Amino acid sequence: MSAHRAGGAGPTAVVFAKECRESLRDRRVLLNALVLGPLLTPLLFLLLIQLVVGRELEKAEQPLPVAVIGAQHAPNLVAALRQMGLEQRPPVDDPEAAVREQRQDIVLRIAPQFAEDWRAGRPAQVELLYDSSRQEVRGEVERLQSMIEGYSSRTGALRLLARGIAPSVAQPVIVASRDLATPEARGAVLLGMLPYFLVLSALIGGMWLAIDSTAGERERQSLEPLLVNPVGRGQILLGKMLATAAFSMASLFLGLLAFYAVGRLLPGDESGLGLTIGLRFVLWALPVMVPLVLLIAIAQIWVASYARSFREAQTYLSLAQLVPLIPSIMMMVVPLRPAAWNAAIPLLGQQVTILGLLRGEPVDAAGVAIGALVTLGAAAAVFGLTLRLYRSERVAIYS
Amino acid sequence: MIEVEDLWKAFGPVQAVAGVSFAARDGQITGLLGPNGAGKTTSLRMLYTLMRPDRGRVAVDGFDAAAQPTEVRRRLGVLPDARGLYRRLTARENIEYFGRLHGLDEARLDEHCSALLRRLQMEDLAGRRTEGFSQGERVKTAIARALVHDPRNVVLDEPANGLDIMATRGLRDLLRALRDEGRCVLLSTHIMQEVAALCDRIVIIAHGRVVAEGTPDELRERSGQPNLEDAFVRIIGAAALGASA
Repeated sequence: MSAHRAGGAGPTAVVFAKECRESLRDRRVLLNALVLGPLLTPLLFLLLIQLVVGRELEKAEQPLPVAVIGAQHAPNLVAALRQMGLEQRPPVDDPEAAVREQRQDIVLRIAPQFAEDWRAGRPAQVELLYDSSRQEVRGEVERLQSMIEGYSSRTGALRLLARGIAPSVAQPVIVASRDLATPEARGAVLLGMLPYFLVLSALIGGMWLAIDSTAGERERQSLEPLLVNPVGRGQILLGKMLATAAFSMASLFLGLLAFYAVGRLLPGDESGLGLTIGLRFVLWALPVMVPLVLLIAIAQIWVASYARSFREAQTYLSLAQLVPLIPSIMMMVVPLRPAAWNAAIPLLGQQVTILGLLRGEPVDAAGVAIGALVTLGAAAAVFGLTLRLYRSERVAIYS
Repeated sequence: MIEVEDLWKAFGPVQAVAGVSFAARDGQITGLLGPNGAGKTTSLRMLYTLMRPDRGRVAVDGFDAAAQPTEVRRRLGVLPDARGLYRRLTARENIEYFGRLHGLDEARLDEHCSALLRRLQMEDLAGRRTEGFSQGERVKTAIARALVHDPRNVVLDEPANGLDIMATRGLRDLLRALRDEGRCVLLSTHIMQEVAALCDRIVIIAHGRVVAEGTPDELRERSGQPNLEDAFVRIIGAAALGASA
């Protein structure tokens, strides 16, 4: 009798250790948990950011080729625009048709009476011809417009000064940083994706173990002998859940490190994204995600336990990877103002907190604590559901 | 000592087990003999607490399976119908896993494992991952796993399935040795030669019911057939007539 109880680790620890050991020997698990999960999403993120930011920066610095009609009517204006980066192209015949047929992106037409109006101090007109339905031209149009407006307001100020009037009289309102609008909007989209990417690395990290230790165990017919041991099914389930969570956590941790590295590679302030992936981010994100990782682990095990085979479970869980996308899409489409109730919803709460951390906002400790409690409660509820499934005869017997 | 009393189990409309009773005593090999689908596996599954019977009672060394399933499982070494191993673990690690789940401490575990590996003549297999094991090697490992906690009662569901002649002989020697150590050995099989060569007592099951029980000699006598196989066919045939009547 004493042999049965003396010494030895508790059954949960025994199951945990065995699942971890077995998984560490599986190349597929290692590839997923320690390479693919943590690295795929930061690399994807880096690529996206480089693409977007790089294109914006490139555009801002590159010469802006524009066909100019009637340049001889306003040599000063054209010279000033060229200084700001305009690359003057020869005039084209029938500019309307040229723009419509996309042979020209933008055409600047200066009317013959420009010089006369200019000298008389009347508003002198220039025309911009472009196709606003073409997304890729929009940035260039905005840039040319702001160049012309800049020239116009400088000249206006000089004219007022010449008449002894302070230029500020004519400027009751100042609009600043008008041209930053575009990269920031795009940055927000990327920013909204980042919390999902983090959740995704946790999902990928634990997925194989969740399947292998449930549907895989049934398929290999090792579940029945396992359940004949004098150990409660709750203890077995808990061991499997903790092992899944451990791999999930490892994947998430490596993913965070990778994001940290990516953060250092980012073009910094010039990106205009307002991202801060520093040490503070890593140190906060980890504890914020722990309850969510536990919930994800047991949810994956629950779903995989319904499957009769490894492949079937894989199909279910691949679909389940899309679930955490819902809050991310919601936050992108309907930007949420962080409210108290957000924090209390598993998944959403963590994603809002991560987003706040990325923006460098202070952490709402009470909100994080409430979120952690609710998430742990949800994990316990799913654990109960899974245990009920495991106590039924349906799961125990493979046939 | 295993006592089974009036077990019933239905799966939907199918009555798999309809009133099975028998006893398997210590120091004896008891064979559950019956055609495929007779209800042997289901009866054993209720016995080792994987399934709950609709009716009836199981006791192992006096412990009731419904009231104290954990105590019952402690006293049983089970080779179930499903005997999958963990392919990425070595044979020894597979055995150790179950030993630890039985609460053996490391010193005892080591001692039991080494003794079992020697006894089953699988010391050269011990350090290999079970991935490429032959059927015989897999069954050996599964049996060692079932015996790691030194159980008083050993239950085996179709233990000779898929074994070649040499492996079957080895298995018989092992089961006899377990019996001679005073353990209660209970096995199910649909192979006549198996029980004839091995069992002290035979329980014949057909259509979810016990149709005959006794020593091989008693069964021969009762059916009036000098050959055990003929006796078996006769008894099962009579039961089939009885069931359809």
